[in-house]
Order: sequence, then C-alpha cells, then structure tokens
Amino acid sequence: MLSAKKLNKKFGSLVVAQDVALELPAGVRYALIGPNGAGKTTLINLLTGMLRPDSGEISLAGRDITGLRPEARVGAGLARTFQINTLFPRLSALESVALAVLERERHAHNWWRALPAFEPWIEEAHGILERLGLADVAHRVTRELAYGQQRLLEIAVALATRPRVLLLDEPAAGVPKGESAELFTVIAGLARELTILFIEHDMNVVFRFASRIIVMVGGRILLEGTPDEVARDARVREVYLGKHARAA
Amino acid sequence: MRPLEIAFWAATLLPFVVTPDYLSLASQIAITALFALSLDLLLGYAGIVSLGHAAYFGFGAYVAGLLSKHYWSEPLSGLVIGAAAAGVLGYATSHVIVRFRHLALIMLTLGLGLLLAEAANSASWLTGGADGLQGVKMAPLLGFKFDLYGRTAYAYSLAVLFLLFLLARRIIHSPFGLALRGIRENALRMPAIGAPSLAHLRKVYTIAAVLAGAAGAVLTQTTSTVSLEVLSFGRSADVLVILILGGAGRLYGGIVGAIIYMVARDQLAGMNPQYWYFWIGLLLVAVVMFLPNGILGGLSALGKKAQ
Repeated sequence: MLSAKKLNKKFGSLVVAQDVALELPAGVRYALIGPNGAGKTTLINLLTGMLRPDSGEISLAGRDITGLRPEARVGAGLARTFQINTLFPRLSALESVALAVLERERHAHNWWRALPAFEPWIEEAHGILERLGLADVAHRVTRELAYGQQRLLEIAVALATRPRVLLLDEPAAGVPKGESAELFTVIAGLARELTILFIEHDMNVVFRFASRIIVMVGGRILLEGTPDEVARDARVREVYLGKHARAA
Repeated sequence: MRPLEIAFWAATLLPFVVTPDYLSLASQIAITALFALSLDLLLGYAGIVSLGHAAYFGFGAYVAGLLSKHYWSEPLSGLVIGAAAAGVLGYATSHVIVRFRHLALIMLTLGLGLLLAEAANSASWLTGGADGLQGVKMAPLLGFKFDLYGRTAYAYSLAVLFLLFLLARRIIHSPFGLALRGIRENALRMPAIGAPSLAHLRKVYTIAAVLAGAAGAVLTQTTSTVSLEVLSFGRSADVLVILILGGAGRLYGGIVGAIIYMVARDQLAGMNPQYWYFWIGLLLVAVVMFLPNGILGGLSALGKKAQ
C-alpha cells in the first residue's frame, strides 16, 4: 500500500535517513521502534511530505507521491497524527473532526451556505467521535478535554480524512502507562483494511498490538520482521532491547 | 437573528431621531465599523495580522472618487466598482501575503500600505496629492440627494454596513469560516487534514479587501472628497486598535470598537484637541491588560457569570 525506496535526508552533516526502504501491505499493523534520535518521526515527516527527502521515492497504492504537497498526500489517503497534540484548541471536538471531513469532501471552500446545510458530513464526524468513545464530549472545546481524550481526538481527526494508511507518531505519548493499552485497544479496533504504522516505546504494547515490527537505528532500518523474529534478533537486543533490559 | 442583535440594529436607527446633529459622525462610525469588520475576517478569524489594511480601504476610496470625477456619479455602481477594484488588488497581493506569518507578515503589510500611500502622494496629477481629490460629485442615491445633515449619508452607510455584515456573518458560519478558524487555531495541522490553507487564506484576504474597499468607497461618496489620509499608516493602525478594543474574532467586535473609538475621539478631541490620543492609549492599555478578548469579550464573560 505504502512503499518507500532509498529515502535519504541530511540536516547539515547529521544523517537522519539513510537508504530507508519500506513496503507496507494493506491492513498490516506495523510498530516502528528504535532508540531516541533513530529518525522515527523524521521518517513520518518524510512519508507525509512535511519534510522533503534529499533523494528517494515514495508511492501510495502504486502512485508516485514523492512530489506531492502534504495536503495532496492526505487527499491520496495518507494521514498522520502527532507526538505532541497538534489540535485546534478553541474548536470543539466535533468542529475539529467535521472540518477534516468537509476538507476531504472539498466543501470547505463553501462560504455561501451555513454549516447546518452540511448535516450528513457533520453526522459522519459525530459517528467517528462515537466510535472512539468521544461522543459525550463532542461539543466541548478541545483545550478543555482531558489529555487522553485529546490523544483520541488526534486519531479521530486523522480518521476523518478517510485514510488508507495511518501513521501514528507515539499515539500514547504522555498517557500514563496503565492507560496506553486502553488507547491501543481502540487503535486495534480500527477498520481491518486500514494500514497502520505506529511509533511506540513500550515493548509490551508493541508486542501485543503489532503484527510486524520495523527497527530503526541511526537513520537506517536495522530490521523488519514479525515480533518473534525481532525479539530473537541479537542486533536488536544489542542496540535496543538490551539497553532496556539493563536499565530495568 | 437573536433578540439582542435585533435590538442592536434597531438602535442603530436612533441617531436619526435622537442625535440628528451627529448624523455625519454616525455615518463615519458605520464606515469605520465596516472597515473593522473587514479586518476582523483576517485577524479575528484567519489569524492574519495586518498593519497595512488601509491600502484596500484607500484604493476603494480613490477608485470611487476618480470614477465619479471623470466618468459617472451614480453611487451604487460606484460602490460596486470601488469594492471590486479593491478586491482585485487584494487578490493580487494575497499571493505574497499568505506565505508569511508573524513579524514578517506585519512588516509586509506595513510595507505594502506605505508603498501605496506614497504612490498616491506622488501621482498628484491623478489623486490630487496632498490637496486631496477635488471635484467628486455624487448623483442622488435612488432619488435621495446627499443632504447637508447627513441623513442620506448615514442611511446609506448603515445599509451597506448591515448588508455586508450579513455577508460576513454567513461566511463565518460556513464550512469556509470553520476552515479559517482551523488555520487560526493551528496552521500546522491544516495540511495534515488535507486542507489547502494558502488557497483559503488568499480567498479570505480577497474578501476582506472587497469589504475594506466598499468602506472606502462609501466614505468617498458620503464626503465628496478623498484625502491621502485614507491610505495612511494611521488609518491602518487605528482600525487595528478599534478591533482590539471591541474584541477580535467576534462579529460585533469591530462595530462596538468603532462606536467607542469614534465617539471617544469626538468627545475627547472637543475637550483637548492636542492630546486626545493619550486617552485612547490609556484605554488600549487597560483593555489589553484586563480584557484580553476586548470589551465585547469582557461583556460576554460578564453575561455568562450573571447567568
């Protein structure tokens, strides 16, 4: 569904992506793991067009999207969330999701009809909030939502673009450890055909919710495989799991 | 419309009976309110800070003036042409404006405003330069002559303000209005939901220029003259102050701000012609410190508490 070939990116002399290649088939749940500074968020920024790669190619469902602007990639079916809440503080939850739906349907340019005329799309937005358990707070202003609810709203807004591939940058960042499984249960319950790649540091969560794992170190992909393969790999233990094991 | 809004607009008719000697001031207030409403679309809703919005006000004013001086003097068509001309200028400049934010944006709008003001100053063969554009004659408006008391002038300014207010209100409550608030709230998230932010911003900038141009055209038509002041930095700064005083991001913010500012100026200038800006400065400092959402924001917070 989403594939990348030979992605390279440098900030000055700092290599943040080196010959990165990806091939994410439809419906697979990927975890992207690696130590801090491995280039995980940079990879999401490259895939979504928020950063331009120095070289390389990205394609979505067989279509080359390397030259597309970020908003056009969203239109093509590639959505993302952010590690730090990147929401609309003074819009309500419903307004935020409805805005994404209306943008998707190209109604957001319409300035001559009032919002109530767009009821089917507002209903759709409401449905998305319902599925994520946010129906009760639909009319609350975003900045007044509990932190965990804001994390869910991040996902709701991304889902409203009707993505084929969803990139989640640490969806549980800042959520207390006990509650991150709850959040991932919601993620696991998303449509089966949706391809998901999520960045996550909690290995329990990674092994429980990912069907495949990509390990990044120093801007390179070290390994891609099933949770079992990754757990058994000596190099992964060395650079990543090992460190955690020692720390624990 | 809510009852309070109906009451407000009904009250705008009071000057005809209560203060018939102040109709030309009332007309100035309506024009300034429309100009502030136009800036509110940019600043209050889309988050574009401008220190050069008088460029579009003044352009509309000069186009309407030159039209009536050299071609024809029917006011309604003059209003449409003046507003449309400002819209064209707005659309042309929007391509540059919307690419910048923060300080760069403020400097850019300031620079464009100064540029146009000096161009009008040096093209005195066309604009009359520092003497102002003389010889603007207006034909009657739908059969009503522009009288010395300003009755027609106020009725006209008020009607234009009301109609364009309804337009602005519709825009704010449309999907486009929601998208503008989205840009104001988080410009970074907008591309991530597939939104063409720059196209949205170009559009609102053009619409705001049309409204500003309409305000400028009405000023020309109701005063039968155009001075360089319509393009001045002072006018750009004043309208920003008015909007902040009244409350940006609220449809009535600019209108309330214009009423307070213009009435205060009229009264204070009568008492103390040289130093009246002192009081405006004091008011501005007080409002920004204690009522961060403007006077209207403070009032609505008070209203909520009372409930």
